[in-house]
Amino acid sequence: MKRRDFVQYAGLGSGALMMPSLLMGNPISQEALLAPRMDVALKKQLADVALNTAKSLGASYADARIGRYLNQFVITREDKVQNVVNTESFGVGIRVIVNGTWGFASTSTVTEKGIQEATNQAVGIAKANAILQKEPVVLAPTESHGEVSWKTPITKDFREVPISEKADLLLSANAAAMEAGASFVNSGLFMVNEQKYFASTDGSYIDQDVHRLWPFLNVTAVDRAAGKFKSRQGLSAPVGMGFEYMDGLDSEKVAGPAGMNLYRNSYDIIEDAKMAAEQAKAKLTAKSVEAGKYDLVLEPNHLGLTIHESVGHPLELDRVLGYEANYAGTSFATLDKWKSGDFKYGSDIVNLVADKTQVGSLGAVGYDDEGVKTKKWDLVRNGVLVNYQAIRDQVHMIDQNASHGCCYAQSWNDVQFQRMPNVSLEPGTEKYSVADMIKDVEKGIYIAGRGSYSIDQQRYNFQFGGTVFFEIKDGEIAGMLEDVAYQSNTQEFWNSCVKICDKDDYRMFGSFFDGKGQPSQVSAVSHGSSTARFNDVNVINTGRTI
Amino acid sequence: MAIYSKEEARSILEKALSFSQADTCEINLGGSNEGNIRYARNTVSTAGYNSNQTLVVQSSFGKRSGTATINEFDDASLEKVVRRAEELARLSPENPEFMEPLGPQEYDDSLTYKESTANITPEYRAKVAQSSIDPAAAEDVTAAGFFNDSEGFSAMINSKGLFAYNRSTNMDFTVTMRSNDGTGSGWVTRDFNDVDNFDAAEASRTAIDKAVMSREAQAIEPGKYTVILEPAASIGLLQNMVGAFSARQADEGRSFMSAPDGGNKLGQKIVDERVSFYSDPLDPRVPTATWNGAGQPLKKTVWLENGVVKNLAYDRYWAEQKGVEPVPFPQGGIMEGGDASLEDLIASTQKGILVTRFWYIRSVDPQTLLYTGLTRDGTFYIENGKIKHPVKNFRFNESPIIMLNNLETLGKQVRINGNLIPYMKIRDFTFTSLSDAV
Repeated sequence: MKRRDFVQYAGLGSGALMMPSLLMGNPISQEALLAPRMDVALKKQLADVALNTAKSLGASYADARIGRYLNQFVITREDKVQNVVNTESFGVGIRVIVNGTWGFASTSTVTEKGIQEATNQAVGIAKANAILQKEPVVLAPTESHGEVSWKTPITKDFREVPISEKADLLLSANAAAMEAGASFVNSGLFMVNEQKYFASTDGSYIDQDVHRLWPFLNVTAVDRAAGKFKSRQGLSAPVGMGFEYMDGLDSEKVAGPAGMNLYRNSYDIIEDAKMAAEQAKAKLTAKSVEAGKYDLVLEPNHLGLTIHESVGHPLELDRVLGYEANYAGTSFATLDKWKSGDFKYGSDIVNLVADKTQVGSLGAVGYDDEGVKTKKWDLVRNGVLVNYQAIRDQVHMIDQNASHGCCYAQSWNDVQFQRMPNVSLEPGTEKYSVADMIKDVEKGIYIAGRGSYSIDQQRYNFQFGGTVFFEIKDGEIAGMLEDVAYQSNTQEFWNSCVKICDKDDYRMFGSFFDGKGQPSQVSAVSHGSSTARFNDVNVINTGRTI
Repeated sequence: MAIYSKEEARSILEKALSFSQADTCEINLGGSNEGNIRYARNTVSTAGYNSNQTLVVQSSFGKRSGTATINEFDDASLEKVVRRAEELARLSPENPEFMEPLGPQEYDDSLTYKESTANITPEYRAKVAQSSIDPAAAEDVTAAGFFNDSEGFSAMINSKGLFAYNRSTNMDFTVTMRSNDGTGSGWVTRDFNDVDNFDAAEASRTAIDKAVMSREAQAIEPGKYTVILEPAASIGLLQNMVGAFSARQADEGRSFMSAPDGGNKLGQKIVDERVSFYSDPLDPRVPTATWNGAGQPLKKTVWLENGVVKNLAYDRYWAEQKGVEPVPFPQGGIMEGGDASLEDLIASTQKGILVTRFWYIRSVDPQTLLYTGLTRDGTFYIENGKIKHPVKNFRFNESPIIMLNNLETLGKQVRINGNLIPYMKIRDFTFTSLSDAV
């Protein structure tokens, strides 16, 4: 698609003045990312080309997603800005059902002709595969939303923040780490804006503007004489927020053990970098853990990854049904367990909810990528498995007649499918702080931040590390530990959850790159919780001598 | 969308470069057409066709650089993306490690393109799925598979006169076969540049046999075992090991390849003397492009010879700092093998475990290259030279360095994910727990 054509279309279609910078002959705004988006009326007109073409070729359903995906990376190490990268990708993906079979094709040629060709390809693929089809697609009904829009609630658009400000912030963080004795620091900002337009033959035309941000930090301390090195990652979380996340507000800091701060909805990267350097150095001489059973006190920015792997993935209905058997795997949480109505996923205090609407989360959107309005629903209530995550073409297999609204594609170039919504552990209902929790533990380990993670293809056996580990002895923090990883089984682990801190400690972990599907696609998702205690978990020592 | 020929790519790149007002400019252009079919539950699930092209401009003023990308190539778009990269460059701080673009280079002609693969149709893909589904259904087994074919090109130009072009085709196939009683699972993978080398029915049969054989696995105690690793099992650990061959990380003291005295392990023996590992873009069994995204020529490079580190990868900046020639990372690897077939390796094993593949491999300790992960899709107990029974899956915590020091026997090589890797028999491989996963 030539940008000039957009202007012509706009003139023909809506009469609206679009892309004024182009009309003025100067396509560069301050960071060029701010170039206005394609006019909605033009998107509708182009999407209708796909829908009408598909219908004329015999499709019983079609949807079109016109997407413009903007990314910005600022990458630094020590006192250097290594790279500043802006990427833009624009195109359309068309999905059709013909003879009860899906077909999908995409193209970066967003013209009437390009869209017609791609629709033809999608229909051709569906027809070729219909011969093999044994389970014709059944779509759960969904509301026709008409023309609607949604936008991530942000207060600072990353595209309006000058590169120099971003670089200065990162370099200041790096300097703070180096001053505190780091040998090396890598830091960066990864910013995303998805401008997605969805249209379907069900009569929905949905325009969405989604923002995400991820500040990352890795501080390394090297002891040359001992031939050892240790790294400590930043304790930020990727978020569904604007650049305001980087404000470092004191009001969003949560006091952790041993004088460290943890972060809720605002991140102080300079403070964290300094603490990271101090902790990386301390890790070089920290006590190596003695393998055995411990009571684990897991901080939300750590526990989120455990929730992701041991709850989020096994409760994806497509995995349960076998659609992901060849790649991500299947699930131990089989339909018979759910149907029994009494499968104890966790202890009575464990309540796990799926939520595509949570403000500030990576998964928050107004509508999913097949036009379903998003919502919140229970997965595990009072420890019992009560539901899965399902989309339009699979939810009928669990005898439900409405999609949960968790369909997503990473780009216009990829077909949408079921993706994990934010899955979170509800906080405890009684007043209970982290300090109270530590006081109650005799022999335990406090773990903060994400580390190594690995889980089997049915989500039974997992092993997790962390960013920092503190030994708890008789209700007190007794210094840092190293070489810690815990191994458990999902059901045993969640049934060993004996205490959850209250809502004052609640915050979100996030992952920018949850991988699933073939061809593999990434998705961004958050997981909220308060600090929680798990009794008698098997801890191994990962130290080796070579 | 068209895959641009060398001359078409050159024309777009020259046009884009003509808009450059920066001190230096480097532009990469790439595109691909990819088709796929995905099936599960013995029926087709999704299938698709993607076509995309991207142009990446890096403009520099002095040591200030900016990068911008676009996927539209009319003159106005090309000018826009160049201006955007320049704008970003002006806004960027200086990078003291900035390296000017390379001048003109000589590249070998690559062997990566095969017409047969470029001509794959939706009907062919549907037949691949059928070759899995029909025999699976006949044996009370459920197939879930994925076949993906791609045709692509990449090209680059820069303001120092460098121009490079490559065209390639690839196909990848994986299928998981699960017995309908839920107790057995088998898997297979195949990848080729030339689809004429691919036999979907043969590959599917291997996975079905494993699914049937692996039913009703028995639990045995975790611990240290002699293992026979199929190439699909060892590849993940080997790739992670090669990832540690960065000279800079080693010299900075933050890698397994760091030497305690401040240097690196170049020239040191780190694994069994029978281990040799090299890359060769012109090996017809596993060809790769003959240049990388930075325009550096890729040549045959020996990484490990008789267990000794022969090369570490030096990027251009680090090579200049150290006064050596740059050594780019390889795009595929070849580990030398032996004559033993899988059957020979089994027959010579008194007590051991045959591993089809490893899954979910993650770094545990970069200092020792310790990784964790699990066995999957066919794990078998061997006694007195025969497969005795399937066993439940294990979690391992192991380092590829320890693994290659504990080498017993090298077997025949197999192409896997663009690499040639032998079957290997390894003693004292560390399994730390059991998994109920099938």
